[in-house]
Amino acid sequence: MAHNITDSFDSYDPIDQDINNEPMILQMGPSHPATHGTVRFTLTLEGEKVLKCETEVGYLHRGFEKECEAATWTQVFPYTDRLNYVSPLLNNFGYALAVEKLLGIEVPDRCNWIRTLMGEISRLSDHLTSIGAGALELNAMTAFLYAIEGRELVWDLIEQVTGARLTVSYGRVGGLKDDLPEGFAENWKYVRARLIEIHAYTNKLLTRNRVFVDRMAGTGVISPEMAISYGYTGPMLRSTGVDYDVRKDHPYFKYGEVDFDVPVGSSGDNFDRYLVRMEELVQSIRIIDQCLERMKPGPINTDDPRVMLPNKERVYNSIEGMIAHFKIVFEGLQVPPGEVYSYTEAGNGELGFYIVSNGTGKPWKIHVRSPSLIMMGGVHKLFEGGLLSDIIPTFDTVNMIGGECDK
Amino acid sequence: MAKKLIDFVQKKFASEVLHTHSRLGNDTVTVKRDKLVEIVRELRDDPSTQMDYLRTITAVDYLPRQPRFELVYVLYSMKHKHMLILRVMLEDSDAVAPSLHTLYGTAGWQEREVWDMYGIRFSGHPDLRRVLLYEEFEGHPLRKDYLKQASQPRVELLARERDSVEEFNIYVNDRPSSGSRDQ
Repeated sequence: MAHNITDSFDSYDPIDQDINNEPMILQMGPSHPATHGTVRFTLTLEGEKVLKCETEVGYLHRGFEKECEAATWTQVFPYTDRLNYVSPLLNNFGYALAVEKLLGIEVPDRCNWIRTLMGEISRLSDHLTSIGAGALELNAMTAFLYAIEGRELVWDLIEQVTGARLTVSYGRVGGLKDDLPEGFAENWKYVRARLIEIHAYTNKLLTRNRVFVDRMAGTGVISPEMAISYGYTGPMLRSTGVDYDVRKDHPYFKYGEVDFDVPVGSSGDNFDRYLVRMEELVQSIRIIDQCLERMKPGPINTDDPRVMLPNKERVYNSIEGMIAHFKIVFEGLQVPPGEVYSYTEAGNGELGFYIVSNGTGKPWKIHVRSPSLIMMGGVHKLFEGGLLSDIIPTFDTVNMIGGECDK
Repeated sequence: MAKKLIDFVQKKFASEVLHTHSRLGNDTVTVKRDKLVEIVRELRDDPSTQMDYLRTITAVDYLPRQPRFELVYVLYSMKHKHMLILRVMLEDSDAVAPSLHTLYGTAGWQEREVWDMYGIRFSGHPDLRRVLLYEEFEGHPLRKDYLKQASQPRVELLARERDSVEEFNIYVNDRPSSGSRDQ
């Protein structure tokens, strides 16, 4: 601007100068069309600038942790599907890993490969949704349609493996529901080719798009120190330049054996978060390729009789088999007393389970460290000082998932 | 690496440590409540530990055992990649713990969740409100004596709508900044 606007007001009578000084209160949400997920922001605005933001979550609270305490260890799986419902497989496996740690059992090699593979497929759907919805809310309908097409393809694959698209319940303590179906590798080849096309289209449509970059770059900025202090993980943290990724730093399943890179940003703004997610799509495809290449046929379930149902022949033909079956189904798995904190990398960041067992068939406590809930505790730091319109892209790249956030 | 953190706490705060173990790869120290803030600050600031990331805060209700509650803090260091679990025992009649909101940005928010679910108070917390449930909720649902099927009284609607001046006072003037704000 050529001249400072306030200078020209000096000659005016000061009586009217305070007229705009009182901030305005705006209730945004809980059901706002541009914020997917029910969360309410009480914003204090000065003009269009956000001075203060009060976050209120919990509109989707279903008592996940209380329900888990009344279910057997196996019955918790359907509940974990409903935490981050865009990538339920990652929640399934994260929970299974926690219980297996407490039980002290190892799962067979093939199970670990499939968990790595299906987890990454789930991550694809998570990131595609985040990028697509983010573009949509900045009016980029075409990019959204491509991303959703990619997600549909991914969900078709998930449907072939698990039998469901969204609420999969595919994980089991000590193994999996089922092996991969026939012809999975060929189907993946088809999906893979299309996903790479979609990735290229999205890149073309968004990455150098003037409107998109103007809305994303330099908005919703957070510094690495602040991000760590507020417990940010996942793409949010990596966009600030911190290369913390549970898959790399504390490998679980087969992540230690596959080759992949952890993309990091530098400025911690919305655009970097978009770029990190775009690159993670490529890395996930790399991991999936390696899994399919190196996977060997073999058993997918552990043979530990404490957690596995006996085969049907034994159940129908021997009294011991029937009793074992009955006890696992009705009393639940007998997990030795103790507590463990186990953590995995989910779509939005570190998904931790702090579980406590008192030695019975039901969990004494299951606490889930859901990345979304913790990120919502610091989301005002991203909003304050910015414009009201910046909340839309920022809230998209935070990618808060209601089910996970509100438990 | 293993046990290093436990030794660190034991050396610096010998009189505070009640119990340690490292079962299942989780190094765990049970400490007394009173010096919790000092211990965590030391763990955060000492160059050999640098636990700059508070993974989670939660509580466990061990009814009917006494002391009934156990607070669990999971600390992690981004630089050294090590983790330590701190536990604090709390009596039912005196379920108060010092707040860590001055040390970690996320602490205030997570303490609100613990208060919401377990009814454990945090002294010094600037804004201890419920976070997932609504203000009028009676009881704390993750306590073991809260029945899963328990119902809640009906909440009456406000008799009249608040005007903007009242809202302004409620949401801005009268309300202290939210727990995770003080950094």
